[in-house]
Amino acid sequence: MNWMPAVIFLCVCVAIALIRVAVGPTVPDRAVGLDTINTIIVSAMVLLGAAFGEPLYIDIAIVYALLSFVTTLFIARYIERGRF
Amino acid sequence: MLNAVTYVLIGIGLFFNLMAGIGLLRFPDVYTRLHAGTKCTTFGSIFLVGAVVLQAMAGWISGGWAAEESTLALRGVIAVAAILLTNPAGAHALARAAHRSGVKPARAIVDDLEEADVRD
Repeated sequence: MNWMPAVIFLCVCVAIALIRVAVGPTVPDRAVGLDTINTIIVSAMVLLGAAFGEPLYIDIAIVYALLSFVTTLFIARYIERGRF
Repeated sequence: MLNAVTYVLIGIGLFFNLMAGIGLLRFPDVYTRLHAGTKCTTFGSIFLVGAVVLQAMAGWISGGWAAEESTLALRGVIAVAAILLTNPAGAHALARAAHRSGVKPARAIVDDLEEADVRD
């Protein structure tokens, strides 16, 4: 199996989402772009774990998914109240 | 045969992730962008991780009980479970925060949710 082209394609998707993070007119727009990038990176890490045969990379993907969820919740709370 | 199925799964996953990026660029306001960015990446991630799990399961079956691929398959399932649990909750929190901070949907005339919030 050749996994690396899929990973490179996911990097292109991350670049497209980064345009929205840079341009985004409001703060929630940028947060949405960041959330999308997080999910794409998790699946890219799982593919990398399969490509190199390293189960450790998938552990890192799981921890990254949970930490990015906490980050998203904190950003949403900050947008909602104007403070933490 | 197995490799063909895996490539089809990867193709579906990559297509949906690309749709997420394009929708994030093309849609007019925060709520529609959330719609594209969250649902498409969740669906695409299921198929991408599913391809990895399928390939690892094949290695597990052919390599005996203590094969190296067993950890790959089980951790892949845990990763997709983490994505499925956290992604909709994060999107809901973001949409709620955007609405309460005063971002209006594009070309919206009536906002029923705001009236319901005022009534409470």
